[in-house]
Amino acid sequence: MRSILRTDPVARDVTALCLAGVVVGLSFGAIASAAGVPLGKIVVMNAFVYAGGAQFLAVGLAGAGASAVAIIVAGLLLNARHLPFGLAIGNEVLGDGRPARLVGSHLMTDESVAFALAQQEPGRRRRAYWLTGVCLFLTWNVSAGVGAIAGSALGDPNTFGIDAAFPAALLALTLPSLKDRPSMRVAIAGAALALVATPFLPAGLPVLVALLALAFALPVKRRSPVRRRS
Amino acid sequence: MSWIAIIALAAGTYAFRFAGPVLRDRISVSEEVRRYLTLAAVALLAALIGTAALLDGTHFVGIARPAGVAVGAVLAWRKAPFVVVVVAAAVTAALLRVAGVE
Repeated sequence: MRSILRTDPVARDVTALCLAGVVVGLSFGAIASAAGVPLGKIVVMNAFVYAGGAQFLAVGLAGAGASAVAIIVAGLLLNARHLPFGLAIGNEVLGDGRPARLVGSHLMTDESVAFALAQQEPGRRRRAYWLTGVCLFLTWNVSAGVGAIAGSALGDPNTFGIDAAFPAALLALTLPSLKDRPSMRVAIAGAALALVATPFLPAGLPVLVALLALAFALPVKRRSPVRRRS
Repeated sequence: MSWIAIIALAAGTYAFRFAGPVLRDRISVSEEVRRYLTLAAVALLAALIGTAALLDGTHFVGIARPAGVAVGAVLAWRKAPFVVVVVAAAVTAALLRVAGVE
């Protein structure tokens, strides 16, 4: 195990991310059970919704007395980003054959997509995606289940700075994709649009608004020589 | 939290996850479109990073978390190993909180 981690940078990085994921999972389980969600429902949510952000949001809304419809709409709005993520990575990252696609798409998270996009060649992309996906799925289910049972004895994960670890991890994974000016512009504009939109739109939409930042890549389209009539 | 909400959330989320790769298979995408699809993912990731780093719900989250992310960002930019980036971000935020900076 140790030698694998030493020789394989992707496995090492995925392990680090999963360790941070354990803390988030523990805290989700604890918060959900403190909000009165029974263990069975927490376990089913972990396995089948399998989306940390939407799960936190759903539990928060349920605690605030929101209706089922409100919870569904908010959660799906937040998770709609998986559609463009899937368009970006495509089936070649998931692998060949129906089982790989059926299972692989369920493992799609911000982190597995970011890990895949950080790799250059297709084989490595697929491997990074699956390593991240399987590792995060297992740690999320186990740790969020344990957190639900152990409850509030765990304390606040922010004490350990885990809330800073995740954006930093995503950032480190996204940096290699910012290899030219258009992608830099799109990234900066996307983040700015989401931040500006956040006070005005329901949770989930601001991140989708960031797609408008694609417009900032347009002018750099290879300029075809303009023909002038002489 | 009702079972209906959980089941609908699970089914809808899976549909979003499954649809992307399938759609990309159905439509033949040029190299140019492929580039824009990757850029779309970059825009979404950047939006997630920005909001997660600076906001708690709709409010500014305070100093500790953005400071931690900033330290991680500088290290990532200087090509520090991923583990170092993640740990440094967490430790920075945690230490600031210990020092009473929220």
